[in-house]
Amino acid sequence: MTPEQASTRISERFGTAQIDGESPIVVTLPPDAWFPFAQFAKDELGCRYFSFLTAVDWKDLGLEVVVKIDNVDNNLSLLVKTRLGPDVSSCPSLTPLYRGANWMEREAYDMFGITFEGHPDLRRILLTDDWEGHPLLKSYAVDTPHPPYR
Amino acid sequence: MAVRPPPTPQIPVPVWRNFKDLQEWETLHQKRPEGDKHSQAFEAVTEGIHSFPGGFVLTTAADSFFNWARKSSVWPVTFGLACCAIEMMATFASRFDVERLGMVPWASPRHSDLMIVSGTVTIKMAPMLKRIYDQMPDPKWAVSMGSCSNSGGPFRHGYFVVKGVDRVIPVDVYVPGCPPPPESLLNGLLLLQDQIAHFRRTGARAEPNPKVD
Repeated sequence: MTPEQASTRISERFGTAQIDGESPIVVTLPPDAWFPFAQFAKDELGCRYFSFLTAVDWKDLGLEVVVKIDNVDNNLSLLVKTRLGPDVSSCPSLTPLYRGANWMEREAYDMFGITFEGHPDLRRILLTDDWEGHPLLKSYAVDTPHPPYR
Repeated sequence: MAVRPPPTPQIPVPVWRNFKDLQEWETLHQKRPEGDKHSQAFEAVTEGIHSFPGGFVLTTAADSFFNWARKSSVWPVTFGLACCAIEMMATFASRFDVERLGMVPWASPRHSDLMIVSGTVTIKMAPMLKRIYDQMPDPKWAVSMGSCSNSGGPFRHGYFVVKGVDRVIPVDVYVPGCPPPPESLLNGLLLLQDQIAHFRRTGARAEPNPKVD
């Protein structure tokens, strides 16, 4: 499957998606199409390789979740983005679909405070359990004291 | 014979309201606590000898002998944190050969006298570092190696980095560099040996001797 064919199939199936580029194909979706799109990409486009999941804090515009999923057989890669909207920190989880999403979503929860609905074990992964706040948010002040060592 | 109780370092619990308080607490920690190398048993024995006539000569000679012995067998605990540990390993290896100075990298804190903190100290690592330092027997010394453990270095404003290992343990020698080459670390170790040679029975830490540098 070429990137052009994949783009047309995505636009046929998801009318609300913005599609841009070829390698990777950047797909921007509303949050309610997040899980159905991942299901579609895995089953019909063959994107079975979960590359990474991360998030971006766009301050007043809210958080954006970014995921890259690849079809390594056909050299097809998708960069899927969704804007959660201002003051929303809840996103559907992809862990039922991709096991690789488990720790990535835990990290995004740790750093950005995004609660992934449907995640089996959503707790901090890198920072200590007693940590307050989510340090990669733009609202997290630099040099926030954390007793006893800083 | 009056035995003085060993003075314990008093570092208050940090309470911050604004950035100024943080700076004050930081300057407080940069002063090294006095008396943390105090050995009560050793002091009792030397005080006893000192009270005899002519004991003064003996205790002074014994002091210098003990200091010579301590300085000639400083065993650093094998403790590498980050990329500075590569330079530390190079210092321990045959080209620079710290074993000619009596230093044997030892894989147990129970037998070690020196901890070379080589690398970034994170908040998660700081309690473990403190525990290893506490497991070392007195008298013990610490060398802070590289910018990260001196002050936090390039990661100073990172959210999970301790801004200098002197917030966790008292430090004797700071070796600058990112990372310091083996020559710098060797110079730091020689400075440390000079400090140990001037280590006094009072338990106060020695001032670094500018002649060595």
